[in-house]
Amino acid sequence: MLKLEKDTRHKVRFVLNGSPVSGWADARMLLSDFLRQELGETGTHVGCEHGVCGACTVRIEGRAVRSCLTLAVQAEGFDIQTVEGLAGDDGALNALQTAFRKHHALQCGYCTSGILMSLTDMFQRNPSPSRDEIEDVVGGHICRCTGYAGIMDAALEVAEAGAGK
Amino acid sequence: MTDTKTLNVGQPLERTEDLRLLRGRGRYADDLPVSPRTLNAAILRSPHAHAEIETIDITEAMSMPGVAAVITGEDVAQHSDPFLVALRQPLHQWPLAVGRVRYVGEPVAVVIADDRYLAEDAVDALQVSYKPLPSVIDPEEAASDGAPLVHEEAGTNLVSVRDFTYGDPDAAFAEADHTFKLTTQFPRHSYMPMENFVVVAEYKIEDESYDVLSNFQGPYSTHPVMSRALRVPGSRLRLRTPRDSGGSFGIKLAVFPYIVLMSVASKITGRPVRWVEDRYEHLTAANSCPNRVTTLEAAVTKDGVITALRFDQLEDYGAFLRAPMPGPLYRMQGAITGAYAIDNVAITNKIVVSNKMPAGLVRGFGGPQLYFALERMTNHIAGELGMDHLDLIRKNLIPAGSFPYKAAAGSLLDSGDYQKAIEITTGEGRLEDLIKRRDAARAQGKLYGIGYAAIVEPGMSNMGYLSTLLTAEAREKSGPKNGAISMATVNVEPMGTVSITADCMPQGQGHETILAQIVSDQLGLAPEDITVNVEHDTQKDQWSIAAGTYSCRFTPGTAVAAQMAAAQVRDKLAKIAAKNLNTPAENIEFTDGKIHAAGNPDNAISFGRVAGTAHWAPAELPDGMEAGIRETASWTPPELEAPSPGDHINTSLTYGFVFDMCGVEVDPVTAMVRIDRYVTMHDAGKLLNPLIAEGQVLGSFAQGIGTALHEEFLYDDDGNFLTGTFADYLIPTVAEVPRPEILHMASPSPFTPLGAKGMAEGCCMSTPVCIANAVSDALGVNVAQLPMSPKRLHALIDEDEPPRPSGAGQ
Amino acid sequence: MKPSNFDYCRPDSVDEALSLLSEYGDDARIIAGGQSLMAMLNLRLAAADVLIDIGRLQELSECRQVGGYLEVGAAVTQAKLLNYPGLAEIQPLLAKALPNVGHFQTRNRGTVCGSIAHADPSSEIPLCLAALEGEVVLRSASGTRTLSAADFQTGMLATAIAPGEMITAARFPVAEQGAGYAFAEVARRRGDFAIVGLAAIARNGTLRLGAGGVAGKPAILEWQIEAGQLDDALNGFAWEMEGEDDIHATAKYRRQIVRQLGRKVLEEAKSCSS
Repeated sequence: MLKLEKDTRHKVRFVLNGSPVSGWADARMLLSDFLRQELGETGTHVGCEHGVCGACTVRIEGRAVRSCLTLAVQAEGFDIQTVEGLAGDDGALNALQTAFRKHHALQCGYCTSGILMSLTDMFQRNPSPSRDEIEDVVGGHICRCTGYAGIMDAALEVAEAGAGK
Repeated sequence: MTDTKTLNVGQPLERTEDLRLLRGRGRYADDLPVSPRTLNAAILRSPHAHAEIETIDITEAMSMPGVAAVITGEDVAQHSDPFLVALRQPLHQWPLAVGRVRYVGEPVAVVIADDRYLAEDAVDALQVSYKPLPSVIDPEEAASDGAPLVHEEAGTNLVSVRDFTYGDPDAAFAEADHTFKLTTQFPRHSYMPMENFVVVAEYKIEDESYDVLSNFQGPYSTHPVMSRALRVPGSRLRLRTPRDSGGSFGIKLAVFPYIVLMSVASKITGRPVRWVEDRYEHLTAANSCPNRVTTLEAAVTKDGVITALRFDQLEDYGAFLRAPMPGPLYRMQGAITGAYAIDNVAITNKIVVSNKMPAGLVRGFGGPQLYFALERMTNHIAGELGMDHLDLIRKNLIPAGSFPYKAAAGSLLDSGDYQKAIEITTGEGRLEDLIKRRDAARAQGKLYGIGYAAIVEPGMSNMGYLSTLLTAEAREKSGPKNGAISMATVNVEPMGTVSITADCMPQGQGHETILAQIVSDQLGLAPEDITVNVEHDTQKDQWSIAAGTYSCRFTPGTAVAAQMAAAQVRDKLAKIAAKNLNTPAENIEFTDGKIHAAGNPDNAISFGRVAGTAHWAPAELPDGMEAGIRETASWTPPELEAPSPGDHINTSLTYGFVFDMCGVEVDPVTAMVRIDRYVTMHDAGKLLNPLIAEGQVLGSFAQGIGTALHEEFLYDDDGNFLTGTFADYLIPTVAEVPRPEILHMASPSPFTPLGAKGMAEGCCMSTPVCIANAVSDALGVNVAQLPMSPKRLHALIDEDEPPRPSGAGQ
Repeated sequence: MKPSNFDYCRPDSVDEALSLLSEYGDDARIIAGGQSLMAMLNLRLAAADVLIDIGRLQELSECRQVGGYLEVGAAVTQAKLLNYPGLAEIQPLLAKALPNVGHFQTRNRGTVCGSIAHADPSSEIPLCLAALEGEVVLRSASGTRTLSAADFQTGMLATAIAPGEMITAARFPVAEQGAGYAFAEVARRRGDFAIVGLAAIARNGTLRLGAGGVAGKPAILEWQIEAGQLDDALNGFAWEMEGEDDIHATAKYRRQIVRQLGRKVLEEAKSCSS
């Protein structure tokens, strides 16, 4: 049994974007804070810290989840992916990122990291989702800039490619 | 490579910003490294709408681990002065409550601790004893005699009343065939960004200065307000803004009290202090548009020609009048007649304070409030006269061919052809089909309506408009205010690479891309050759009071300054090249990285070579030319004059036109509104980047949907705040935002060298009232209040319900 | 917006979790997905001295069919149940209701039993459990007991979980042959808590309607098809729940939804039955 006492720091280890990482966290430290402040990976953003806006969404074991509603210690030993892990090994934007740029699916870019992680989870399990399925996934995010039109266009384009159309 | 023979301005280029943002490599305020000595702040906020602070017991909090200091209003009053207020009224505000709290959420004390978690623990341990006082929430109640006073020293909550007359409205009303009157209520909301406020402040004892990093957005007329409050000269308040900002929409102006607060905290603790606002704080206390009650009267001929308007505008700014308030009440003053040729106008502007969060900049900034009243009125008149609303709109539009058009209250509307814009919309937007859809839906018993809205969208504010608030005599005394200065600097490095800095603080508008487009066109380079740095530092970069990104000033302002600075560089390079090419400077062209004689591309030298001369061989420069190449341009348009003695004011430089048309269906059971079709036409002059321009329309449309149907800050009668989470304050998600059909036409502005106009706020102004007109049509009622929540609409269409059966409950 | 301080325990078995519960008593809170609890902790609307994380317990991570029930372990996420093979046949009501629960991202981590334990009056899962007459399995150091949904949820955010006890599973009756099921809700936005949620079951001449979001806990209307006017029954039901006004809706609005959408959802259930 793992037992961590308050007011003491604990070593937390997991795999981040393919590489093992570790850092120190209190029991109560949120995964979002751990990623940003302890590991310095600031691509994951914090928007509401009560699980609604979706800016902090990361993938844990492939699943898109809110890192503000997850403790750092709960991520221990898992495989975590953040926006920093999306581009290819050569640094090139992947198909989803490229489609986002083409369709002006981002303006300030603050919500974008989370949306990319959610869509990545969806496409991994379902390469050719319907518009409604995409809407369900994007519906878990608040974007204040774009009116969502470019986001939907980008995701639909990737879905069409996934369906081999 | 981009083809430099085609001008880059006007092309829908993909954004350079995206290359980092999509990789998670943006650098927002809280992403930047801070000194390891930095402490973290958390704020205790008032649970009362109005109360005296009797005691604040910090003993327990100070004993907690990691706590460095607890700062209260007394400390703040010792180290700073209250903020300057636009009105000569004793509405003293410090960034922490001093002696009294005036709204729920007002900062009461700040804990400074090693980390935010510990700081919040200590906030919970603070013991404050309050003596609750009567509060007032409703603006009309606040304005009435005997209401509890928000600021006793002012002796009233109605802190400003100004009457304006343009033309002869009394005569027009006396002669009118019909007069109409409509009272509308515009709610409190905020187009809140997804990134909250961030401040990192450091007091430097060596020169008694403050160094602050914050996601502030301007206007920099607020900088003197901050430095005055901190009792330092402006040069001793260094304000830096980061490259990336996670949205703002006006909101991040309101970080300025916290810049002062954290600066004071740093001075007290002797350490840098970081504060990252959380969403609860943001919702409760960051910023709201002012709510407005408008009573609008119209004088109308029997044919439907509006001859006069009489506005009574009661605007509620909450507990304090923060700079630059009361902007929303005056920003539209010159253009208060909108798209219409109405010569006679009477305006009564009233400012009231109440026990709610202070109001501030919110995208639209007075436009949504005005047009909700005005376009509901034109719709109402048409209904009462049995006319089609669109016919009434057409009948009253400013005639094509009369631009620049001097509007009754002073705006000089630069260009447009509103009739043509509407014709295109009804044609390409398929009005006939929309009417068929309505008829078919109604035949099936559905509640279906069509709405229209015609609005004029201001771009780049006259820095003198707010002085219309003062009487002509008071303006005379304080000296004229006018203009709107924009600045940009283009620098050419020794090897010929080009960079630009400017006085904007982009928050997603793609300014880096557009600035590169502008500069590359001037210099015959590709956009990717231009390095754009939009970080800003008040100690190093060009700025004046209008600096910032707000009120659509980039396109008519900063973009022009950038073009001018690049043209200055071009002129200088042309003069240098003229010598080498044996051609007069006027005959020099810049193409594909080469500088050459016109019509003779073979007689060329490379851009880098010519630029290099200015650095490596200054002796070779033409006589009298300065060495190095760094050109700063400053631009202020002459059309932005100070208010006239008769209170005429050209409130903005450019005036775009937006015409919206939509069909909606209201569910008779749930009272929810479904937008069936939405068409929006924009004439913003020349578009600098159509891809980015379309993004601005889509974004403002989504926010307009929020205003129309979802978003509202709610208080109960005691001033308790009811919408403190994202489960209560409802921002539209993808399912709530249909894609509108967007149409464009271009009437270039004669007042901006690029011919472009501000265009980012249009649908924030047009969409709420367009949907309200459609819902009014669908339900056969007068929608007079936003948002049209199901609760509110249900009350409008409410019918008697089956009675409670005997024996059922109770 | 950070949670107040707590110890964090991750037991390796239910038995260990139960001994922690008896050790710490009321100071401890069970966390599985944390999609309700973490938000409350962050907002400091809830506090815990000890968090006992059961999210990784394999013995609680299964869905299985036992004795006419679909038994869902306490660590099973809403997404896992939604994607459970054959769910639309095993229990159509769940297949119809679950897409309305929160969002894709919160369903990925939020658990079925966590939602039941949180007992929000407008939540979809407790409504389905009540409408289906499901059960909640509770364990403590002293043993196991099973409560009907009606007995489990006692009111708004209130349940019959005793000190030292935790939910180990929820049991949803599998679909009856020929029965029809339907679900509908009214929410301000897609994914929001329901203003009114309605779950309908039609079988053997009986209609059963569950309503959430109106009273403090899901309310149930049972009605025999041949027993007179449905509208009257719905009206009585709508009034009996004694709904209240809040920022999103009035009590009257809620009654209207129950009467009109209630009829519609019952008709849909009937049309699905045979």
